[in-house]
Amino acid sequence: MAEAKKYPAPVTNPETAQFWEAAKAGKFMIKRCTACGEPHYFPRSICPFCFSDKTVWEESSGEATIYTYSLMRKSPTGPYAIAFVTLKEGPSLQTNIVDCDLTSLKIGQKVKVVFKPTDGAPLPFFTPA
Amino acid sequence: MTIKGKAYIAGIYEHPTRHAPDKSTAQLHAEVAKGAIEDAGLTKADIDGYFCAGDAPGGLWPMVDYLGLKVRHIDSTETGGCSYLIHLGHAAEAIAAGKCSIALVTLAGKPRTGVMPPRAAGAEADFEAAYGATTHNAYGMCAMRHMHDYGTTSEQLAWIKVAASHHAQYNPHAMLKDVVTVEDVINSPMISDPLHRMDCCVVTDGGGAMIVTTPEIAKSLKKPLVRLIGHGEAMKGPRGGKDLDLTYSAGVWSGPRAFEEAGVTPKDIKYASIYDSFTITVLMQLEDLGFCKKGEGGKFVSDGNLISGVGKLPFNTDGGGLCSNHPVNRGGMTKILEAVRQLRGEAHPKVQVPNCDLAIAHGTGGLLGVRHAASTCILERV
Repeated sequence: MAEAKKYPAPVTNPETAQFWEAAKAGKFMIKRCTACGEPHYFPRSICPFCFSDKTVWEESSGEATIYTYSLMRKSPTGPYAIAFVTLKEGPSLQTNIVDCDLTSLKIGQKVKVVFKPTDGAPLPFFTPA
Repeated sequence: MTIKGKAYIAGIYEHPTRHAPDKSTAQLHAEVAKGAIEDAGLTKADIDGYFCAGDAPGGLWPMVDYLGLKVRHIDSTETGGCSYLIHLGHAAEAIAAGKCSIALVTLAGKPRTGVMPPRAAGAEADFEAAYGATTHNAYGMCAMRHMHDYGTTSEQLAWIKVAASHHAQYNPHAMLKDVVTVEDVINSPMISDPLHRMDCCVVTDGGGAMIVTTPEIAKSLKKPLVRLIGHGEAMKGPRGGKDLDLTYSAGVWSGPRAFEEAGVTPKDIKYASIYDSFTITVLMQLEDLGFCKKGEGGKFVSDGNLISGVGKLPFNTDGGGLCSNHPVNRGGMTKILEAVRQLRGEAHPKVQVPNCDLAIAHGTGGLLGVRHAASTCILERV
């Protein structure tokens, strides 16, 4: 078994600190605007749709489906699958699909969030559900 | 207010090099600037506007000083590979507004010789940087979803590279001059699914430049008259993750803006320079610009339809980024240069489009599958 890939620690900032604090507790958070009702990701303090500042943190189910992916065949750290997944709550986001046979991924496949450690807060990834 | 017909491209130059370990990046900028100024029949002292993007070492301050320019209008709009298409539109705006009369735009760099500096990170960095988005896999994700939604095939994408290779065989400066087949493309190694090595553009050192000027000055010079009659620019990103759709580009907005301003339609276009960072880039842009319906790009590009003298829409007759040149990993400048050659009647005789009086130069910049800009320029021979 190859040594686990090392991921960079999030820098974090005042706008996103709560996301990373929740990640340390294993919670995957999104933001929702209470003015227009739309959820979004990555988190902003001002809604990217209606520009209201009435956005609140919400824990995501962590359940998603693969919107698209591409398997990078070679890299200094070996092959990896980049993907966009669409959360059950609506927003789509960029991620890697991990801990599975990367050659058998399918668009529409169900995946779930999994956190990987860094030197700081853990990073969210997705793996087949 | 329109820029239609208010700015002419009076000088062009594409550096013949594809590998320049013995030159500096600033030097390459100076060499392409000199080439374009001389092509126009002007002198450096005539330049009163300067445009450059992220490839210019240090940006505007050091470049204007290094080149020894004295300018009254400057613009360093940075949108990756399509920056120079946007510069052309912005130069036309500046000229129409009287802010400058002879603008120089330069692009140059050496990605084949050395590693390129990293892109500046935005607010998304903590939420994306670790996942390793590269040009290959970001465009691969677009191709994967396009295939899923519309049944587009690797064979259809391969036809784009085949067409480019048919043109590149006549370009003495092209990095890849061999004509390839659909089988060659789909049998080349997989880089990032579903894109093969031959779906990807070349990596080259080099550059290019152009001179944009007023109608009066252009008419006083000796080159055939080529003018900008329509321009559009747009940006697209995941926008909070709502309604993600990677099967179309910002060209769906920049294209109609340019066509409307020009007062022409895709059917009128005789030659198309379409940014070909990857085969999928061309296919999506052709759909987005209205050369065919969304989802029918695969059928449209097949069977040599993009080959000059064979198909209905001759494209990238210099061999494009797929075969000839992709200086600084940015294809926008070379798209304009070949469109101007076609309109002047200066393309290679084997690929010159007869009576070419209307052309499009279009490109994207950034990562098509993540965040990108698009710009469309409609050019006319007067």
